[in-house]
Amino acid sequence: MAVTELDAGPSFLDRLSRPKPLIVLAVLMWIPLTVYVMFGDRLDGYADTVLLPAIPATLVLYILGVRAFRESWVAVLGLSLVFFWLLMAVTAPYLPLMDPNKPIAPFTTPFSEKRDVFFWLGTDFKGRDMLSRVIWGCQRVIVWGVSATMVAYVVGALFGLVSGYLSGWWDEIISFFANVLLSFPVMVLFIVILNYLGPSGFNIVVAVTFASAPAIMRIVRGLALDIKTRDYVFAAQTRGEHPLYIMIVELLPNVRGPIIVDACLRLGYTTVAITTLTFLGLGLQPPDPDWGLMIRESAKTAMLWKFSYMLLVPALAVSSLILGFNLMADGLREMSLRD
Amino acid sequence: MLKLILRRLAQMVLIMAVSSLLLFAIFDTPEFKKRLAVQELGGFAVSALTEDSYQSWLAKRGLDVPFHERYVNWVGNILTGDFGFSFEKNRPVGPLLADRLVNTGILAFFVFALMIPLSLVLGVLAGMKEGSVQDRTISFVSVFTTSIPEIASAILLTVIFALGLGWLPVKSAMIGGFSFRELVLPVLTLVIYDFGYVARMTRASMAEVMTSQYIRTAILKGIPYRRVVMKHALRNALIAPFTLIVLQLNWLLSGVVVVEVFFEYDGFGKLLLEAALFPDVEVVQACTLVAVAVAVVSQIISDIGYTFLNPRIRFA
Repeated sequence: MAVTELDAGPSFLDRLSRPKPLIVLAVLMWIPLTVYVMFGDRLDGYADTVLLPAIPATLVLYILGVRAFRESWVAVLGLSLVFFWLLMAVTAPYLPLMDPNKPIAPFTTPFSEKRDVFFWLGTDFKGRDMLSRVIWGCQRVIVWGVSATMVAYVVGALFGLVSGYLSGWWDEIISFFANVLLSFPVMVLFIVILNYLGPSGFNIVVAVTFASAPAIMRIVRGLALDIKTRDYVFAAQTRGEHPLYIMIVELLPNVRGPIIVDACLRLGYTTVAITTLTFLGLGLQPPDPDWGLMIRESAKTAMLWKFSYMLLVPALAVSSLILGFNLMADGLREMSLRD
Repeated sequence: MLKLILRRLAQMVLIMAVSSLLLFAIFDTPEFKKRLAVQELGGFAVSALTEDSYQSWLAKRGLDVPFHERYVNWVGNILTGDFGFSFEKNRPVGPLLADRLVNTGILAFFVFALMIPLSLVLGVLAGMKEGSVQDRTISFVSVFTTSIPEIASAILLTVIFALGLGWLPVKSAMIGGFSFRELVLPVLTLVIYDFGYVARMTRASMAEVMTSQYIRTAILKGIPYRRVVMKHALRNALIAPFTLIVLQLNWLLSGVVVVEVFFEYDGFGKLLLEAALFPDVEVVQACTLVAVAVAVVSQIISDIGYTFLNPRIRFA
C-alpha cells in the first residue's frame, strides 16, 4: 500500500514548482501590473479589473518561493519583504485607501485625525495621505525597476553570448565598447543619458540598460567562454546547428545559475538608481506618487523634527525593498554553494 | 611590468578618445541644439523657434562649422586647459570645476580615512573564523547597511542627528567658511553605504587564505593563532581588498551626486547635476570627462597595484 502512495506522484505544489507553471504564474502576475502602470491611463473602464488575476498569482508564487527557499531563513525573509511590496503593488486599487493625489489636510502628523479622517502615516505638505502614497508609489518603483533590469539583461546576455561564443573580432569590439561604458561612473552616465533624452520612465529603462548591460555582458561572456568547450556544444556544432541556435538553446540555459544571484543584486541597484534619479529630478515625473518623488518634495518642505515622518516613510520603504532583494541574493548564493 | 603599464596607458587613451567623441556627439544632435537655442534665446518652445533665429544662434555660438573641426578644436582646447565657459554660472569651467573637485576631494579623503580601517578590520574579523557567530553577525550587518541606499541613510542620519538631537547642522553648504561639523553627515552617509561591500570582499579573501595549506601548516606548527593571522594571513588576504578600495573611487564619483545634492555641499556631483538640469552643456561635458579620467586612472592604478603586490603575477 505504501508503495502505491509513493507512486501517487508529486504533490500539487510540487507540480506547480516546475518551470512551465512558474513562468505562467510570473506572467500572470507581471503582465497585468506592467500594463496597469505603464498604460493605465488608456485602459478606461477596464483599469480596475486588469489587476485581478495578478493577486492569486502573486500569493501562489510567494508560497512556492517560501517552499523552495525554506533551507535559508535569510532568503525567506528577503522573499517576504519583496513579496510584501509586490502584493501591495498588485492590490493597491482594491485596498480601502484614499486617493493618493487628493489634498485633504496638510501637515497632519501620523496616527491622528483631521477633517474626520484618521491618518495612519499622516499627510504630506499638500495634505495627501502618506499611507496611500507609499502603497501606490511602490507600483511605479517595482514596475520600472524590474522592466529596466529585464531589458538590461536581454541586451547584456545577447552581447555576452555573441562575444563569448563567437570570440574574435566580435569579442574585441563588444568588449571595447563595454569597457568604455564601464569607465563612466554609473550616476554620471545616468545623468548624461537622461539629460539628453529627457526624464521619463521609458528613458530610465534606456539609461539603466546602458549602465548595466556592459557588466552583465562581462559575466555572461565569462560563463559562455567556459561552457563553449563542453561536449554538448561540440555535439551541436557537429550536427551543424546555427550559431544562434547553439547560443540560445545550448548556452543560455546553462549560464542561468550564477546570473540569477546577480539579477537579484542588480534589481536592488536599479531600484536605488530609480529612486535616486527621481529624487534628483531626472526620473519619474509628478504628480503620481513615487518614493523618490516623495523624498524630493518633502526634502524641500519638511526639514523639521515634527515633520520628519514625511522623509522617513519613503526612505524606510525603499530600504526595505532593497534589503529584500539583497537578502534574497545572499540566501540564493548560500544555497547554491551548499549544493 | 613596463609592457603592462604601457598597454594599459594606450588603452586608457583610446577609451578617453572614444568617450569624449560619444559625449561630444550626443550633445550635437539638431534636437538638442534647438532645445539649447530656445533656452539661451529666452523662447518658450522648440516649435516657436524660427529657422532664421536658430541659424543666427548657431553662427553666434560658432556651431555652424562642420562637426569634425569643432571636435578637434574642443579636444585641443581641453588639452590646453580651456574647458569652455559656463553659461549658467557665468564663469570659465576650468577654475569652477577645480574648486568643486577640491571640495569633493576633501569629502572623499574623510570617507576613505574612515571606511578603509573600518571595513578591513571587520572583514578580517569575519573571515578569520568562517561560519562563526562573529562572522555571521558582521556579514548580516554589512548586508544590512549596504541595503540602505545613500538617500535613505542621509535621511535617517539627518532626522536623528540634525533634526532630532540637534547636534549637527542640517545642510552642509559651508556658507560661513569650512567647518568640520557640516562634513560629518555627508561622510557618514557615504561610509555607511560603502563599508559593507569592502568588508564582505575582505572577508571572502581572508576566508580563502585561512583555508590554504600554509596557514594550516603554521597552525599545526604551534605558532600562536594571533601571529598566524597577523603575520602570515593578513599580507595575502589584503591584496584583493587593496584593488577594490582603489576602484571605490569610481563608485564614489557617482555616490557623491545624491549626497552632495541632499546636503547642499558644493562639490563635483552637485555641479554636474545643476549643469545637467539647466542644461549647461560645456560643464556637463567637462565634468563627465573628468569623471571618466578619474575612473580610468583608478582602474589602471588598481591593476598595476595588484600585479605589484602579488608576487605570483609579478614574477610570472
